[in-house]
Amino acid sequence: MRYAETGFHLEVDLATGNIERVETDPKLMELFLGGLGTSVKIHWDRVPPETKPFDPENLLIFSTGLLNGTPAFSANRTVVSFISPQSELLAYPMMGGFWSAELKYAGYDKVIFRNKSPKWVYLWIKDDKVELRDAAHLKGRGSLETQELIRSELNDPNAQVAAIGLAGENRCFTASIEQSRSSSSRLGGGAIMGDKKLKAVAVRGTKDVHLARGAEFMELMKGVTDYINYRNTHPIPDVMTIMSGIGSPQEMVHTDEKWHSESFAWGNARERRRNFWTPEIDKSWTKTQLSVIKRLISCFNCPQHCGALIDRPGQPRYMMKCFSKLTYAMAAYVDDLDFSFRIVQRAQEYGVDGFSTPQILAFGFELKDAGILTDKDFEGCPTDKEGRFFWLLDRLVRREGIGDVLADGTYWAAKRIGKGAEEFAHNVIKKHEQLPIKLGMLDPLYFLMYSTNEKISITQIEGNWPQAAFATREQRERFVQDWPQLPDEKFKQYLLEWEPRGEKGIPHFPTPEMCCEIVDWMEMLHNIDDALGICAGMASFCLKPPYHINNYPKLISAATGMDVDRNELKRKVNRSRNLHRAFNNRRGMTRADEKPPKDHWKHRFPELEEKLLSTYYKHKGWNDNGIPTRARLEELDLGYVADDLEGRGILQNGQG
Amino acid sequence: MLPTTWKEEAYCKMAKVKKIVKTIKIDADKCNGCRGCEIICSAFHAVPKYSSVNPARSRIRVITHRLKDIWLPVFAGEYARSECAGRDIYTIGGKQYDECGFCRASCPSRDLFKEPDSGLPLKCDMCEGEAKPHCVEWCLNSVLVYEEREEEVEEEEEKPEELQIGLEALADRHGLQKMKDAVARMSRNGQEEGS
Ligand code: SF4
Ligand code: SF4
Ligand code: SF4
Repeated sequence: MRYAETGFHLEVDLATGNIERVETDPKLMELFLGGLGTSVKIHWDRVPPETKPFDPENLLIFSTGLLNGTPAFSANRTVVSFISPQSELLAYPMMGGFWSAELKYAGYDKVIFRNKSPKWVYLWIKDDKVELRDAAHLKGRGSLETQELIRSELNDPNAQVAAIGLAGENRCFTASIEQSRSSSSRLGGGAIMGDKKLKAVAVRGTKDVHLARGAEFMELMKGVTDYINYRNTHPIPDVMTIMSGIGSPQEMVHTDEKWHSESFAWGNARERRRNFWTPEIDKSWTKTQLSVIKRLISCFNCPQHCGALIDRPGQPRYMMKCFSKLTYAMAAYVDDLDFSFRIVQRAQEYGVDGFSTPQILAFGFELKDAGILTDKDFEGCPTDKEGRFFWLLDRLVRREGIGDVLADGTYWAAKRIGKGAEEFAHNVIKKHEQLPIKLGMLDPLYFLMYSTNEKISITQIEGNWPQAAFATREQRERFVQDWPQLPDEKFKQYLLEWEPRGEKGIPHFPTPEMCCEIVDWMEMLHNIDDALGICAGMASFCLKPPYHINNYPKLISAATGMDVDRNELKRKVNRSRNLHRAFNNRRGMTRADEKPPKDHWKHRFPELEEKLLSTYYKHKGWNDNGIPTRARLEELDLGYVADDLEGRGILQNGQG
Repeated sequence: MLPTTWKEEAYCKMAKVKKIVKTIKIDADKCNGCRGCEIICSAFHAVPKYSSVNPARSRIRVITHRLKDIWLPVFAGEYARSECAGRDIYTIGGKQYDECGFCRASCPSRDLFKEPDSGLPLKCDMCEGEAKPHCVEWCLNSVLVYEEREEEVEEEEEKPEELQIGLEALADRHGLQKMKDAVARMSRNGQEEGS
């Protein structure tokens, strides 16, 4: 009997239509837990470094996490992994919603797609019955529309469907995979689906997921439940509303957007509008938001309300979550929130990433203003701020005219356009658009997170450590008073000493050594979440979350029957973390790539930054080029990885 | 059919007794569609308790049409031998609840409230023996609110037990004779094994 996991993968060869149900080695869970961890291992074993994103050999894996389908609250992430057309590295954008639990109930931990289908298809999984079905009639349909059409043609209202829209079909590098109220959107998974001519994956399951020690698991969940209730009624004082609660940012609940609208940059990640949030804006934005939200909704087995059903007269309904509420309006310099609710509907049907895409559109118009792109490129484009965004979005997802160039994202588009366009693709790390944030003083913690994490999307690496120092000693004392999530008591001292400015402020404090410990802790927790399929909003991505390093080992032990303690858990995720890095190193990633955007902070400290990076590499057991050393790899039972890296000359013999 | 007088007599003889009526109030407008209630119900009723999870075995199901704004928790009620002759469609607050939306029955027309492998009917037992129904406890959005009240009711006639309901359902599905044969075969096999 397998516990928590089902012990089966579905292997789908899209070229031949062959589908196999394959029993997995229980050792995989022992070594890598599940979710991202076990997926990384499969990519390492089966995808050679020469593989290009659109090669048939690029595997596309839809994975559940180890705790999906169990009663663990908020265990609903689907980890989609593939070599990204944008970064050309191993990407793993995740989505919430309802899909992964359903796959578990159908009896599978992962669906692994290889090769390309000769014609448009979708996969239908109903327990043991799995079939590729013709999708010719769905081509050109919106992502939400497709989900509904599939449910109705299968005559199964409870089927959970992940689908792509036009952007994915046309292999736009920022194409997302949409599912219910969620999407797997960063780094172009939708493009890989489209390249494989896979329009959707539908699943319905009616089987059991087993718990090894169920009663013990439920006892532990009681503690988690109490803490969720406590945190939902006790927001953290002295921090901004958006950070005071648990769950992913409750963007649909909160209407006060002073912080986002004034702290994040408008246009192509250019300018902060410090006095934007006037009483009039507050009134109009609140009214708009409340008038279109029909209901607040959650993902599978989660008590929070990060999403909403949007019902705006004159357009089809859709579901919104998170920050897309602001990204389009801010990128387009539109002060009317209603614009967001209009354009997100269309963008979601097209299936595009809500962070990258608005920046790409703004980048396009900047190039036009700068004369790098010409009027001819924009023939027929309306002149008003709103209309022109719709116009360019339509071109982009169809790859028409200038849209074809922009569809590859700012980095690749700039390369193709030339004439100095590179300067305008200023907000990327590893070729991927970042949050539109431009700040004053270098923050050493964020410097490390931006530079080194394999997620390449800062929005989900930070979390348990406050974003900024508390202003007063009293506030700091209040914060550390009750902090059961800590891996080590010493962090309390770091926080107590941390001041907003001066000697004990950024960029020199926390010291590089302290920064390494803090970032390593946060990253570890993200890696655990991503292996378990737990929403980061309930663990690694928020302050004082319900799940943490002190209760995770017990929950995992009770669910799987495999006894792990904190150290062992840490070792398991370190193993997949290092394997992931080695995979990317094998594809050419080095220290030279680990750079936040030049203009991310106004005040930069090159020497300190180099020191931070070197200290962190050392802390992680990586050499000065950011490559895991043989010693580190062997310690994690990854000697075969060291052999491989040495064989390719990526690790020099004896260099460590 | 009983003669009318007999029925009346029987009625008069029934004693009034005090009974705790267990009620779950459902404020469907607050439901965020998480399906947590399905998870906990199926986990609680697993044998051994909490050894597995499978919403298809839950005695509460959340009827969901996300874009239609329908999130409707429905509890499993009585087993129904045959489906209704017609289909009701309700429109409430502009939302159309099609087919058997509110119906609690485990009935042949749909796969709701049936054990996925055996097809046996499921019925909410209000988590008998527990302090509070588990779905109520697990729903952190206060959609499900538990109330107990005392009522004077007539003494109830004995209700068929779960085993009997299950057997009836099997008989309906396969025919009584087939079932008898199967039981006979099974007991014979059992004897052989035992000897
Ligand atoms: S916290 Fe929000 S995003 Fe996370 S699982 Fe819950 S509803 Fe989904
Ligand atoms: S009351 Fe108990 S048996 Fe009935 S639906 Fe709720 S959890 Fe299930
Ligand atoms: S647990 Fe509550 S909020 Fe969640 S689906 Fe059930 S009734 Fe709705």
